[in-house]
Amino acid sequence: MGRYLVRRLLWVLLLLVLITLFTFVIFFVMPPTDPAILFAGRAPTPRLIAQVRESLGLDEPAYMQYLLFLRRLFLGDEYGWPGFGFSFLTRSPIKPVLFERVLVTFQLAAGAAVLWLVVGVVIGIISALNRGKVADRLAMGFALLGVSAPVFWLGLMGLWVFWQQLEILPGTGFVPITEDPSQWFLHMILPWSVLALLFAAFYARMVRSNLLETLSEDYIRTARAKGLSERKVVFKHALRSSLTPVVSLFGVDFGQLLGGAIITETVFNLPGLGTYVVRATGNGDLSVILAVVVLAGLGVAIMSLIVDVLYAFLDPRIKYA
Amino acid sequence: MTDGGPRPSSVERLLEVRNLKVHFPTPDGVVKAVNDVSFVIDAGETLGVVGESGSGKSVTFLTVMGLVTSKQARIEGEILFRGQDLLRLPAEELRHFRGKRMGMVFQDAMTSLHPFYTVGEQIVEAIRAHERAGKKEAWDRAVDMLDLVGIPRPAERARQYPHEYSGGMRQRVMIAMALALNPDLLIADEPTTALDVTVQAQILELIDRLKQEFRMAVVLITHDLGVVAEHCDHIQVMYAGTIVESGRTRDIYYDAHHPYTWGLLQSIPRLDSDEDEPLQPIKGLPPSLIFVPSGCPFHPRCPHVMDVCREVVPPLLPSDGHHSSACHLSLAEKERIFREQVLERA
Amino acid sequence: MTLLDRTPATADGRPPRTPLLRIEGVKKHFPITRGVIFQKKIGQVHAVDGIDLDVYPGETLGLVGETGCGKSTLARLILKVYDVTEGRLFFDGDDYTNFSRRKMRPLRRQIQMVFQDPYASLNPRKTVGSIIADPFRIHGSVPKGKIKANVQELMELVGLNPEHYNRYPHEFSGGQRQRIGVARALALRPRLIVCDEPVSALDVSIQAQIINLLERLQSDFGLTYIFIAHDLSVVKHVSDRVAVMYLGKVVEIAGGSTLYRDPKHPYTGALLSAVPIPDPDLSAHKKRIVLEGDVPSPIDPPSGCRFHPRCPRSREVAAEAGYSDQPHPQCREEEPALAPHHPGQVAACHFPLADRAVIEAS
Repeated sequence: MGRYLVRRLLWVLLLLVLITLFTFVIFFVMPPTDPAILFAGRAPTPRLIAQVRESLGLDEPAYMQYLLFLRRLFLGDEYGWPGFGFSFLTRSPIKPVLFERVLVTFQLAAGAAVLWLVVGVVIGIISALNRGKVADRLAMGFALLGVSAPVFWLGLMGLWVFWQQLEILPGTGFVPITEDPSQWFLHMILPWSVLALLFAAFYARMVRSNLLETLSEDYIRTARAKGLSERKVVFKHALRSSLTPVVSLFGVDFGQLLGGAIITETVFNLPGLGTYVVRATGNGDLSVILAVVVLAGLGVAIMSLIVDVLYAFLDPRIKYA
Repeated sequence: MTDGGPRPSSVERLLEVRNLKVHFPTPDGVVKAVNDVSFVIDAGETLGVVGESGSGKSVTFLTVMGLVTSKQARIEGEILFRGQDLLRLPAEELRHFRGKRMGMVFQDAMTSLHPFYTVGEQIVEAIRAHERAGKKEAWDRAVDMLDLVGIPRPAERARQYPHEYSGGMRQRVMIAMALALNPDLLIADEPTTALDVTVQAQILELIDRLKQEFRMAVVLITHDLGVVAEHCDHIQVMYAGTIVESGRTRDIYYDAHHPYTWGLLQSIPRLDSDEDEPLQPIKGLPPSLIFVPSGCPFHPRCPHVMDVCREVVPPLLPSDGHHSSACHLSLAEKERIFREQVLERA
Repeated sequence: MTLLDRTPATADGRPPRTPLLRIEGVKKHFPITRGVIFQKKIGQVHAVDGIDLDVYPGETLGLVGETGCGKSTLARLILKVYDVTEGRLFFDGDDYTNFSRRKMRPLRRQIQMVFQDPYASLNPRKTVGSIIADPFRIHGSVPKGKIKANVQELMELVGLNPEHYNRYPHEFSGGQRQRIGVARALALRPRLIVCDEPVSALDVSIQAQIINLLERLQSDFGLTYIFIAHDLSVVKHVSDRVAVMYLGKVVEIAGGSTLYRDPKHPYTGALLSAVPIPDPDLSAHKKRIVLEGDVPSPIDPPSGCRFHPRCPRSREVAAEAGYSDQPHPQCREEEPALAPHHPGQVAACHFPLADRAVIEAS
């Protein structure tokens, strides 16, 4: 297991190098705007641009710039380790902002994850156990709605109903939990629900079909044949097998969200990674984009590593060496 | 077997199935899996149930075990276990028959054990489903059972998962689990079909041995006429959801009365025949269970078909105290045809 | 090899012919590797481990053995689905061991295969007509306009209704699907057909239909079969000679009746005694040899004779020679070679069984 973990972590590093390289190529070698022009301010003289270019190292060949980026990332820069560099747009170091925003995104993702897991799994189970009956149809109707309703529409509708009409929730924006826990909660509840709905719907469908499939397995027949109660058959034997694949899916979904839930953050005006990267992309602020890409990649890679390790505990047939 | 003939009073009637019908509604039509099946199993006897796929042999006994329920199918008739009708029992009471009074092992031991629990845990669970046994006590009993079914180093093996077992060993585990509560009846549904022939011999020998030790009745469901010849007291042959012939083992091999039984005997290659005459297959295909042929279900494939066969369902009638068949041919005809055409070859 | 050069007795008593297929010292080892980029070989599966076999024109050679004995791997080696690790393959005297894909094409027409699971081997989205016509199209051996007529002729030949030309595989029963598989194999008029468990998935009454069909086609077209199955009764019925395999090796070859009456290898004996006979009196007379344990792993096969850890005969001989309850040292140390016994019978055993050791005279 130890050797396996080391190997996997090396893979994560390799992965990071590859995706940053890819991002670098897209945004730097084929630039939409010259970062130096961006940085030089309004109506710069060519001389000023050249000066800026030199000071930012933009006159170096592209591969050197990439190596410099890697060096900063792994060895740190003047703002500490890991070196995420300097935003051309805000003319300030990226790291403090980045960490602040990751935290917001994490709170959004974690709350939504709890919601969608609980709702999705419960609905999936109810639906599978009442296959073809009213409860099943209602649940699957809900799932269809959740899967097909656009997030921005749901978000705006939610705001309109609960904020504008019923006035039971505060508006958009973010309040740190350290400042006012109840306001934090009230501000987050709608983003959580909206973000969770899509996933919950998807998970409900998956749990339902997994559970139905598992219930027709031979070992379920064996469990019944030995006279176990139906409750034990379903919750101990069937659910364990049918939830295992959910774990792996969850890891990937959650990891991906850590890179920012762009639409939800935009609709609810949350200062997370999503809104950060959207703005950076619009302005060609490469350092920020790279920083977010690194974080997002790390999120997915680490979550999938956790999932794989967890899987070995859940399914004894899997052995890592 | 299915007759009402005289029986020695010392023999205890364990299971009696009367006029069982199991019909599954499907989008394509009603699948008539079991049609009016009646039979008796005495305590301690071994009954072989022979038939091809779609004969209803498995569904019959899955229904006896309560593994086919009225949720999935329309079930009619009576299943009397020591006189108590299982079809009229509430689910919770019926649950205590399964595993405790009747155990079942299935064809595919590979997929019949839960992959995520150790073998020991799965047997413990079976014990604790029916008895107030402590965890430690149940575990020790599970290990004893594994030992009994011939698993080497049982204490160690109990902590392993099914994927660490070979196919034959898994089937032993299934048997250990089915017998953990000392049931009166073991139903083995094609227990060796997925196994190699030398492993099959081991498993059948094991079942024979345990049958003596546990003094239980055994139902051996199989498509293999060889397996039942060696291991059963009685045999019933099923076709299209009905019993077409039943009798003592010797009756079926040396005095068969039904054309379908003849067909089976003639269509299997024999290891012991020196000259390789061509096989005589049963013509045509097994019937659809949605559109079961009128009259005798075997009539479209029967070489001895008469007009009456197309219209009237032949009842399962006894020719002596043990041997019954469902065929319109007269007894004399049956005996003549068997002698001249079937035995000739075998 | 001289041992095996005996042709099965031909009905007209003609002199022995050259084998249609010769398998010479063939081995197939599958490596077991670890690692994703830098693969490290940590062992190998000895799936087929040194086999010599000759298959003569017009005969049926049966191959029996239990799971993992290498019979299906051998079939795939013959068809060059896999490349051999070692050894040579000859078809009609030509060494085709290292033929390229292109050079194999004409040979492919002569060697065909019939599979166990007819459903899995038929493309569900194609009509039966086009499945059977595939070989014609691939090899371009029949002009386009004549394909349909040819296919329908084939369908008739294997007992399918030619009017079902446009139906899909799922509309057929298991037995009919196997007929489709046979028709497809027959399309290019091959000389050798390798049948891999062709009737194992079928019900007994249907099994007999397919066996009879294969036998009829053999005599009509002078086909040569390699017939692989785990069911000894079926193999004995269809085969002129039977080769028994255990853990990647052939342990015995003999004519069907000789094999049944006088098996020489203890494994053959055990295999025979384990086959249930549908005759209560006869089976009561049969001596039963129940083997202990499972087949060992082909990754690390036992030394000497591969069967020695499970061999009751070896223990018996060892006990007579004064060794306590363990296999005879010769069996553990020395690998037995195939040696002749009855005419046409060879077995690889240091202490072969006596005549009639398994079946008592009835």
